[in-house]
Amino acid sequence: MSTVAKKFTHEPERYEFRERPIHHFTLHRRDFFKFFGAGIAVFALAKDSPATQESGGGRRNHSDELPKEITAWLHISEDGSVTAFTGKVEIGQNIRTSLAQSVADELRVPFESVRMVMGDTALTPFDMGTFGSRTTPTMAPQLRRVASAARDLLLQTAAKEWNTAPEKLVAANAKITDPVSGRSATYAELARGKTLAQNLPDEDPMTPASEWTIAGKSLPKVDARAFVTGRHQYTSDLRPAGLLHGKVLRPPSFGATMTSCDLSAAQKLPAAVVVHDGDFVAAAAPSESEAEEAVAAIRAQWKETPQPSSSELFPYLKQNVDTSEHSDLTQSGSIADGLARAAHRLDSTYTIAYIAHAPLEPRAAVAEWKDNKLTVWTGTQRPFATRDALADAFHLSNESVRVIVPDTGSAYGGKHTPDAALEAARLARAAGKPVKIVWTREEEFTWAYFRPAGVIEIKSGVAADGTLTAWEFHNYNSGAAGIGTPYTVANQHIEFHPVRSPLRQGSYRGLAATANHFARESHMNDLAHAANLDPLEFRLKNIADPRLRDVFQAAAKSFGWPAKKSRPGQGFGIGGGIEKGGYVATCAEISSDDYSGAIRVVRAVTAFECGAIVNPDGLRNQIMGANIMGLGGALFEAMTFDGGRITNARFSRYRVPRFRDVPDMEIILLDRKDIPSAGAGETPLVGLAPAIGNAIFDATGVRRTTLPLAPRT
Amino acid sequence: MAPPLELEVNGQKYPVHSDPDTRLLTVLRDELGLTGTKYGCGEGQCGACTVLIGSSPRRSCQMPIGEVVQPVTTIEGLEKNGHLHPVQQAFLDLEAFQCAYCTSGMIISSVALLAQKPNPSPTEIAQFMQGNICRCGTYPRIVDAIQQAAKSMEKQAR
Repeated sequence: MSTVAKKFTHEPERYEFRERPIHHFTLHRRDFFKFFGAGIAVFALAKDSPATQESGGGRRNHSDELPKEITAWLHISEDGSVTAFTGKVEIGQNIRTSLAQSVADELRVPFESVRMVMGDTALTPFDMGTFGSRTTPTMAPQLRRVASAARDLLLQTAAKEWNTAPEKLVAANAKITDPVSGRSATYAELARGKTLAQNLPDEDPMTPASEWTIAGKSLPKVDARAFVTGRHQYTSDLRPAGLLHGKVLRPPSFGATMTSCDLSAAQKLPAAVVVHDGDFVAAAAPSESEAEEAVAAIRAQWKETPQPSSSELFPYLKQNVDTSEHSDLTQSGSIADGLARAAHRLDSTYTIAYIAHAPLEPRAAVAEWKDNKLTVWTGTQRPFATRDALADAFHLSNESVRVIVPDTGSAYGGKHTPDAALEAARLARAAGKPVKIVWTREEEFTWAYFRPAGVIEIKSGVAADGTLTAWEFHNYNSGAAGIGTPYTVANQHIEFHPVRSPLRQGSYRGLAATANHFARESHMNDLAHAANLDPLEFRLKNIADPRLRDVFQAAAKSFGWPAKKSRPGQGFGIGGGIEKGGYVATCAEISSDDYSGAIRVVRAVTAFECGAIVNPDGLRNQIMGANIMGLGGALFEAMTFDGGRITNARFSRYRVPRFRDVPDMEIILLDRKDIPSAGAGETPLVGLAPAIGNAIFDATGVRRTTLPLAPRT
Repeated sequence: MAPPLELEVNGQKYPVHSDPDTRLLTVLRDELGLTGTKYGCGEGQCGACTVLIGSSPRRSCQMPIGEVVQPVTTIEGLEKNGHLHPVQQAFLDLEAFQCAYCTSGMIISSVALLAQKPNPSPTEIAQFMQGNICRCGTYPRIVDAIQQAAKSMEKQAR
């Protein structure tokens, strides 16, 4: 059972950017306290870092230099305020709040006294990026351990001052109290005049979820008032003195190369700074319209190359397998044997379109140079990788570049690349003034990157009693996330085939788990149909993992599965699975218009379990949002392209879910305080598409094998 | 040079030096520094740039300033003497946002809806708000927030 979970929850994903060694951190201890003020500081070190091994953990750091592999830290100042530092970024997933809850909970201080400093390469420790649903399972426990160590340090400090043993003292409500003598001291009093720094002990116990008092509660979003008043400043809202607006000349099509470029007309415009550097051609000017005018005045010739179009995409993917990259294969038993033993065999092909993240705040960056040092504010999920890219591009040391991420207008896996930051920085260097780049919606839809399209082929067999006997699964291009089946099958062959993608592609909320669950759960439904079993009963028969069983049963119970049809065109479907440590099942009801073929999702019930819940209301918001975003990819979102041009690069041509698309929705949370918390931003969306597809089959008897399922809806 | 246009925004009159065909969104953000109103698409399709002109919700990315004759209200103009507008308060209470980039436009559209229809049904809300995109998918909470705001405004009016 645990092997199933182990096998599929931490699967590497090639479209996430790869993990790299923790970066060296250069702050010295005396500088640290000079910068942050006196008080008490605790540092979390990366597992396996030399500092934890050499010191054996737990001991004070006696050297003057801070350890080089810090992953998070916390500072208690002389006024008792607590600041926790992490390289993670806030993009709407509400981790600024949930991480502060974990810190406050473990440190035993009021939630309001904790401030999170996030995503600032000058102030926060290295972090590879905010993706893969990793913040809650990895950063929250690190900050908890840091807070726990800080609490121990405060207990020791008080014990020393009162000449007693730390075990006899109690930490609560930002105070250390001696229950025997009645003496107490606030954290502020204990921190006063100190410059205590400690590395995190190896195994400092954390408060179990069953004893959480601040975590586990629906606390409101930090700084929420700034968002309803318009006061919060996103990157695109920043206006440093002397700011210029930048515009970039884009090629006419993918793969086009510049053959000539005449800047003379643009350079005659008095307000504009024009840059031509390699394949980068752009202008900056005091107003956006002047920058646009300058770019429009640039005369460039391009050589275009033939590019595949969306109408020929799926054969193209099959024909362009990249044999230079090795495929991912897991195999057991023999497919031939499994198929020979089957009473029913199925062979199906599924296709998945490219889709766009379409974050409502487009890519943006503001860059400013001072004394050959560069500061860039940008909405990115990877501040440190962006810093490194800037340092590389401008031949600077990493210390000369600072990247700051203001809380960002969403990302969904779409803001990994440093493009806007590089563009703004290059223009700002030429202009000698700060420059802001905000991509237009059309640029965002064209020059960002897409969720990979894919082709999935499944061959399977099921015995007369409904036991799976064979499962052969090939994914072309879409990705390996969620590719393993959570169902018990003795004979498996599961393979991901990399392809030379015609479009720039990358990370996306849920990654390929959406495509792989769509194919698998659609196919499971057809197998149930072939074996004449109820789709839920068939799944439960083949599930070994009790957590997956629990979410399926919870969703089904609340939905009223099996449901009886009460009108024509009505259909019910179910789908679910395991991904990134989260367990999800969704039941959907659809209504199909016989005449137009339009599909409407009427009702959806999603049950989700991700271990111990940190903030129930925040989690509900994420699950609801994931399902509504997932509705678009399930029903109608798809990039169309022809001749190297995106042909629907606007909201008027690329339909995203809107108010009227939203079904009646119910969210069921399964809180498992006995299981460490997993992330929840992605997995809740993977059950929806197959549930809808299966409901369409139930209503119409027709199996739709393409995502999106109903593009004309 | 032509004399400046005058724009009334949030009860204050501003001389505006941009050309009359400059979009209101650009003037609000870049000339007046009122950045609460957001750019989302530039084609009037996403609603992030919604402001009130008079009491009508308008897409400021589509509106040349030369055509703006009535007073403009932006998200910055809703809070009065430190008190949030009931719609802002309801969004805050129900946490009807995630990344919140759409929130200014959502709140302004909601204020316009409630001015026209003090007690809208969920279907009427969805109909009216159809032009505002929340990519994070908080629509159901926004519907609830509008209904809660309607109740509190009804109470205030009594």
